[in-house]
Amino acid sequence: MILTATQTINDRLRHFPTWPVYLVGALPPVWLFYLGVTGGLGVEPIKALEHRLGELALQLLIATLAVTPLRRFTGITLIKFRRALGLIAFYYITCHLLVWLFLDVQLWSQIWADIVKRPYITIGMAAFVLLIPVALTSNNWSIRRLGAPKWRRLHQLSYAAVVLGAVHFVMLTKTWEMEPALYLLGVVGLLALRLPKRRA
Amino acid sequence: MAGRYRSDLKWSDVTAKADYVNRRQLMMGAGAMAIGGALAGRAQAQDDLVPNTWEEITSYNNFYEMGTGKDDPKRNASLLTTDPWSIKIDGMVDRPGTYDLGDILRGKSIEERIYRLRCVEAWSMVVPWNGFELKDLLDQVGVQPSAKYVSFETLVRPSELPGQRRNTIDWPYREGLRLDEAMHPLTLMATGLYGEDMPNQNGAPIRLVVPWKYGFKSIKSIVRISLTDKQPANSWNMLLPNEYGFYSNVNPEVDHPRWSQATERRIGGGLFAKKIPTLMFNGYANEVASMYAGMDLRKYY
Repeated sequence: MILTATQTINDRLRHFPTWPVYLVGALPPVWLFYLGVTGGLGVEPIKALEHRLGELALQLLIATLAVTPLRRFTGITLIKFRRALGLIAFYYITCHLLVWLFLDVQLWSQIWADIVKRPYITIGMAAFVLLIPVALTSNNWSIRRLGAPKWRRLHQLSYAAVVLGAVHFVMLTKTWEMEPALYLLGVVGLLALRLPKRRA
Repeated sequence: MAGRYRSDLKWSDVTAKADYVNRRQLMMGAGAMAIGGALAGRAQAQDDLVPNTWEEITSYNNFYEMGTGKDDPKRNASLLTTDPWSIKIDGMVDRPGTYDLGDILRGKSIEERIYRLRCVEAWSMVVPWNGFELKDLLDQVGVQPSAKYVSFETLVRPSELPGQRRNTIDWPYREGLRLDEAMHPLTLMATGLYGEDMPNQNGAPIRLVVPWKYGFKSIKSIVRISLTDKQPANSWNMLLPNEYGFYSNVNPEVDHPRWSQATERRIGGGLFAKKIPTLMFNGYANEVASMYAGMDLRKYY
């Protein structure tokens, strides 16, 4: 029974195109920006926009990490959509960074000082930089060009980036908060599932 | 000690009630420039003191007793009951005791004070407070000559303050001032804003306002005031001593470890609000700088 249900789901997914995922994924930053301009994000829309984008990015990165364990434990395979999820996450992170640069900090002297002097910003920046080569090679041509083993190793950079992203979130709050701690726990858990099994 | 602080303008001089309730729409309208120009002449002495709207002041708050999100206090505000209310005043005073709020307010002249409020998180507002000078209360209870500091505590009541059900902070929230700071004519015990009773999320029914210090010094919903000869503990310093000191004077030259304090964002400017320079002692240097003459403000941050 379970097997057939899984097969049905996988069959449906196989026939579902990826372009709607890109389309729907592209919308939230535009919508949030519109809300920010029109007063829908409260009296301090800059931080609200920045935080929502960062949170969305982290959620999507976690979703990409969940694809492999999901297949392992349920048989359901979302591999076809993983590239889209990852690229949309990178797009949200880029928006998050642009809001920080141009709407939040604004001053170039302070931006550089923040990156160098504030650990949570250094860590967030590092996560972004690690994801640049991953995003740039998220295409079939790069897989062919690099060869699968090399490409896979390169894309393991995203593991480090997601951990740094979650740590960036934890460090942001002034007191020990539940929500960022849960994100970090989720990331660590999803990565732990990837550790090679110890022989008995 | 200089004479009583005299504000040279009141909120009612600056903004008509209909405008402060609706300033955002007003500023977005075509008349914004004309009104801004008209205000500039009147408000020259205090540069930029156009109060934030009621909505801005009451919907964007740091009050961890009501939750750590900026919008939590407004959402949880109605849970708090503030009547009856009393303040225990003890330590080095001639007339210690538990004073009912009515006894505290009796004979005090409630004034309007438009102050800048600079949060340590690099945002700011302008708030038209109502209140009386803390000095008047301290004189009422009689400060003994040995007292050097004043400490304050916020209400602890987890049943009405949901943020206190978690130990984010070692409750009660505590703050303190040096006695000369407490007696300074700028230091206010605020009981309202915009001529209305203090909203719960802003620290009802009575809170401290120390406008030249970062906002967290201005402790809310006070239930205890003690006079001591030792520097009292303050909550943020207890929690993160490398980030928050005892003095916490607004100082654009001394950065917080996690962000620059050189500039700030005035709430109410929308998505494209420009940063503005932070002023030494939040713009009150003329009134307060002499209290810190000779002190290394980098060390006593």
